[in-house]
Amino acid sequence: MNPSVETRTSIVWDYSPAPESADHIRLKDRYGLFIDGDFKDPADGRYVPTINPATEEPIAEVADGGPDDVAAAVESARDAHPKWAALKGLERAKYLFRIARLIQERSRELAVVETLDGGKPLRESRDVDIPLAAAHFFHYAGWADKLHYGVNAREVRPLGVVGQIVPWNFPLLMAAWKLAPALACGNVAILKPAETTPLTALLLAEICQEAELPPGVVTILPGDGSTGASLVRAPGVDKVAFTGSTAVGRDIQAALAGTGAHLTLELGGKSANIVFEDAALDQAVEGIVNGIFFNQGHVCCAGSRLLIQESVRDEVISKLWARMGRLRVGDPMDKNTDVGAINSAEQLSRIETLVAAGEEEGATRQSIACELPEHGYWFAPTLFTDVSPAHRIAVEEIFGPVVSVLTFRTQAEAIEKANNSRYGLAAGIWTDKGSKAFEVAGALQAGVVWQNTYNHFDPTAAFGGYKESGFGREGGPAGLRPYLEVVR
Amino acid sequence: MTPERLQVRKTYKLWIGGAFVRSESGRYDETDGFNYPRASRKDVRDAVAAARKAAKPWAARTAYNRGQILYRAAEALESRAGVMGVPRDEVDASVDVLLHYAGWTDKLHAVLGGINPVAAPFLSFSLPEPTGVVGIVAPDAPALLGLVAELAPALAAGNVAVAILSETEPLPGLDLAEALGVSDVPSGVVNLVSGRRAELAGALGAHRDLNAIVDAAGDAELSTELDKLAAETIKRARHSAAATTYEAATDDALERLHAVTELKTAWHPVGA
Repeated sequence: MNPSVETRTSIVWDYSPAPESADHIRLKDRYGLFIDGDFKDPADGRYVPTINPATEEPIAEVADGGPDDVAAAVESARDAHPKWAALKGLERAKYLFRIARLIQERSRELAVVETLDGGKPLRESRDVDIPLAAAHFFHYAGWADKLHYGVNAREVRPLGVVGQIVPWNFPLLMAAWKLAPALACGNVAILKPAETTPLTALLLAEICQEAELPPGVVTILPGDGSTGASLVRAPGVDKVAFTGSTAVGRDIQAALAGTGAHLTLELGGKSANIVFEDAALDQAVEGIVNGIFFNQGHVCCAGSRLLIQESVRDEVISKLWARMGRLRVGDPMDKNTDVGAINSAEQLSRIETLVAAGEEEGATRQSIACELPEHGYWFAPTLFTDVSPAHRIAVEEIFGPVVSVLTFRTQAEAIEKANNSRYGLAAGIWTDKGSKAFEVAGALQAGVVWQNTYNHFDPTAAFGGYKESGFGREGGPAGLRPYLEVVR
Repeated sequence: MTPERLQVRKTYKLWIGGAFVRSESGRYDETDGFNYPRASRKDVRDAVAAARKAAKPWAARTAYNRGQILYRAAEALESRAGVMGVPRDEVDASVDVLLHYAGWTDKLHAVLGGINPVAAPFLSFSLPEPTGVVGIVAPDAPALLGLVAELAPALAAGNVAVAILSETEPLPGLDLAEALGVSDVPSGVVNLVSGRRAELAGALGAHRDLNAIVDAAGDAELSTELDKLAAETIKRARHSAAATTYEAATDDALERLHAVTELKTAWHPVGA
């Protein structure tokens, strides 16, 4: 069955191309593993190219860490830990403040590299990823000398060496979410960036050098899933923090069974975005678009299940479809682009598989007509209607620019449908009635609930899931607890 | 001379969904001259189902009300101190632990949650919520205090619980059911199951509708198995040593409460 493809609504005025320049970027041809304060060749000498998903062209070669490299990383981290943990909180804070400042200073460069390596629109890496990464370091820097206030304990101590694995959707931001609280609490960290997006983490390694962070306090260990698997199982790793798929999270939790290693997981989601009939509908449509098409839908808390009250269903869908027709899909380096490239061929095929399943199971697909570049990985923003709650596209995380519409009649039905998921990461509520918003927010089983907004993040606000979306929180004082042991 | 009075013996039963029931399997074991049920995996599943049914209304009660119910449970236990079958100081400590956690119900929000000063026009706050249905594997000893130390924080945080009692001394746990049964604890909020731990703990840990497992059995092999089972549905898992004193059950109160708590962050617009 062919998707119904509408002719693109004509845009009365169009934008001229506004590409960001990459001239000021000084990327090396090759990046090693950042161990013990220096870039090193991997033990088996293996380097792999990292490519630009918008062009399929290689950007740089990056070391692929193996088990021997993991062992070397853990050894260096273990050596570095006692001194770092013994440092006065305020002194640790100063290093983190330095890192925050250096991220701000190099923000333009980091934004461009993030977009080149990951395919996300420059507007997002520039306005969201990089500023929030700096803000996160800034926030946790301030905690480093106030830890016991953060967790209401007389005395706390760090856990030791933490192994951290971050995904490819917000590479630098997720690295900041992981590293900043870990270091503030006096741990040393070994971070494995995602296979397809290692570059900004490696630039962060340079920033650590520039900040004169003691060697071994931060290790950046690029590699693939097998590198991550060795890292979480490595003896000498006291705590693992993982952000990624529920399937991998489950493997890690099982692998750590009985070891006593600490663990926090930030996993998948199938978050409900609920539009009530009393919402400001135009505002809601903007929020729906932001909820699902932000970062090509590569967002664990994406509002991928759109629940619309029946009385406004047709109006919302018609407004949404019209708005989707104005999304600008294409060159992520263009400052006007709304939807960039899909992160990898692998992810594109996952999206295509689930979208095909949606059509096979009888949902109605509409994808916007847009000219997609010849090279690179692309997927046109897509809307599914006639979706049943049992359809795969209503149950499984697609992690792409695809929204599935379900409807409800009453508030109770909305809550029941929203909670009918093994996930529980986030939810959105669109209504102009304050008391209703508070009531629904209270009833939703989700770690984050946004009213009349979506995909808003802040270093002071805890983020993390219920149920199979994981456990542990990142952000605010709650984000300290996963990295500390309370001494009675 | 009146004939000597024949004692009325007590039939010990499981406490599931607010009802005192025999094991569906019809099996029993014997200890100290008393028969008590040897629960089956099906009993455990029934208990989880009963707990799930009770979870939402229990969480929806006001913190003040839950605090009063836990206080009432302390009262009920105190009044039965002489018949619990454990040393008096263990009962005393158990009563005090219930009292301690009764006071937590309306303080947890202020301690674990708060307003987030976000850099945007929103009222953002993070508040603790119960994780849901908590499975407890109680230690063999102390049979009463070791159970109460795991049960009380779970209830105080707004969770419902299914506990597998001490295998070697199940009677104090079954007696506790009777004390709780007369203390306004709603049906299904606490479910207490006696039997063979090797048979029951796995069934509890494997249950897909369980949100967290709290294990105080002190058996490393079992801990590993429970961790592996927890991974299937990303359950929260906490292992701790059996609490042997009031201090051991309350000094780390915040950690115990935190282990069975979720934090929800809500963003509400300001202006606009």
